[in-house]
Amino acid sequence: MGNVISLDSILGVGELKAPAESTPVESSGCSSSSCGSSDGPADMDPAVWDKVKNHPCYSEEAHHYFARMHVAVAPACNIQCNYCNRKYDCSNESRPGVVSEKLTPDQAIKKILAVAQDIPQLSVIGIAGPGDSLAAGAKNTFATFEHLQKKAPDLKLCLSTNGLALPDNVDRIAQYNIDHVTITINMVDPEVGAQIYPWIFHKHKRWTGLDAAKILHEHQMLGLEMLTARGILVKVNSVMIPGVNDEHLLAVNKAVKARGAFLHNIMPLISDPAHGTHFGLTGQRGPTAQELKVVQDACEGGAKLMRHCRQCRADAVGLLGEDRGDEFTADKIEAMGEIGYDDEARRTYREHVEAERSGRHASKAAAQADVQEAVGSAVDPILIAVATKGGERINEHFGHAKEFQIYEVGPQGAKFVGHRRVDQYCEGGSGDDDTLDTVLSAINDCTAVFVAKIGGCPSKSLESAGIEPVDRFAFEYIEESALAYFKDYAERLGQGSIQARAGQDAVIRTGALTAKRA
Amino acid sequence: MAYKIKSAECTVCGACDAECPNMAISLKKGTYVIDPAKCTECKGQFDSPQCAAVCPADCCVPA
Ligand code: SF4
Ligand code: SF4
Ligand code: SF4
Repeated sequence: MGNVISLDSILGVGELKAPAESTPVESSGCSSSSCGSSDGPADMDPAVWDKVKNHPCYSEEAHHYFARMHVAVAPACNIQCNYCNRKYDCSNESRPGVVSEKLTPDQAIKKILAVAQDIPQLSVIGIAGPGDSLAAGAKNTFATFEHLQKKAPDLKLCLSTNGLALPDNVDRIAQYNIDHVTITINMVDPEVGAQIYPWIFHKHKRWTGLDAAKILHEHQMLGLEMLTARGILVKVNSVMIPGVNDEHLLAVNKAVKARGAFLHNIMPLISDPAHGTHFGLTGQRGPTAQELKVVQDACEGGAKLMRHCRQCRADAVGLLGEDRGDEFTADKIEAMGEIGYDDEARRTYREHVEAERSGRHASKAAAQADVQEAVGSAVDPILIAVATKGGERINEHFGHAKEFQIYEVGPQGAKFVGHRRVDQYCEGGSGDDDTLDTVLSAINDCTAVFVAKIGGCPSKSLESAGIEPVDRFAFEYIEESALAYFKDYAERLGQGSIQARAGQDAVIRTGALTAKRA
Repeated sequence: MAYKIKSAECTVCGACDAECPNMAISLKKGTYVIDPAKCTECKGQFDSPQCAAVCPADCCVPA
């Protein structure tokens, strides 16, 4: 391999700055790697931190730096969900359960090695379907992991399941060193479950109604307990279905926390008649951005929440929020010939990230202390949309952003609370105005939008919509910039030169990640 | 008597293949097919034909 990888190019930043030099590191009184953000190692068992620190789905911080890859080796499923239709396969669609190409375990290994050569940020390989990774005896899933462990031992393994076959497979999961498992749990009450699952296949029989939901529920809880008892980290995914399980998700959060789930990820229902799902066809709608946030906020304090999930396709490749699957189709990989294993670039990249991070905890704490001193706690938090391509920096042009990351910033600090898709999909030929409207409706609840650069026209439209475009923090770190902005915002609010923006809502878009905005 | 797969509706997921007690189902030229000589409709083995019970597309039907 002749090409030297420049870390600048990996991070996509114009200029790599050392973490704020003026930061008074000593004053925090502890070594930078052991204090700071709630995501950091301070409140975490070191063994757990070691498992999650480079996993984009398990650590919010890691999702800015690391990439995941799903291999679609598990097409069969053992239950039917009303939000899923595996018949539908449009390459312009992005949601779990969808793939363009199913792979055999051998093809999957080859694809993984090819991607690993090309994307040094790659840290995690997951099997998430397109069916259930443990259905049909889980043959392909374990065959893939068995080979992978031998061929590329530095990559972490994870799998997703609906939980029905989990109790039967926990021993094998432990045996193959799979240290992350995601279970999709949408209910802890069969009455609610019966509205989500028309049937399950269990013990050589198709079960329907309450019986089906009850069996599924019992297996999910048992599987979760068995995994956590073995020290395997479990993330619980819940699909929020307005009017069906929205309020019930609080009970789900409590139940999974009590059984040791590490993270709880509440995702909006993706529902579109064109997908041919039961919910899509019956007009069941998904939640709005604020409805989702209200439920997520209500669960805060229970099992730790994940808000950065992108509901990836079962063959997604790349950083969360991007999908480079198209570059690695079976044909293209076949054409690459023999692919070796070389973890050099990935090691260098991981060391680089490690160094970046250690400086950050202190600089975030300093910025926050500054805000608290200047602002006090009287000002309500605001939302800021950020155009970024990773590395926790404001490093994307407004017009190129396919999604915006949403930060909530207030006297208590700045935190990532979600992301909003703004790319176009299946709509061919839409003009610039449509594109801008899409962006406006997706970030309508934000006070400002941080960008590396922005043109004059969109800038004006944003302003007239009441959203302030901000490019003065170009290429800086997001959280520190958000705090600096908030301090200034609070001052202006105090002087009466601006008004607080409250009571706005935004639209959650759920199209493909593969379609690029122009 | 035997079952068959309506190939136009099949998603090629392989769930039926994994459940068939008689190895009657296999992948031929990109679609799953049931070998009528091997299929017993699961009689004497299970209460209902396994392929039909597991199929997400409900496309395993009496031939
Ligand atoms: S679907 Fe969510 S949990 Fe799974 S890889 Fe994507 S972001 Fe991570
Ligand atoms: S009916 Fe039973 S024996 Fe026949 S193909 Fe289906 S599973 Fe196999
Ligand atoms: S279970 Fe149904 S959809 Fe899946 S391969 Fe068999 S016939 Fe096709």
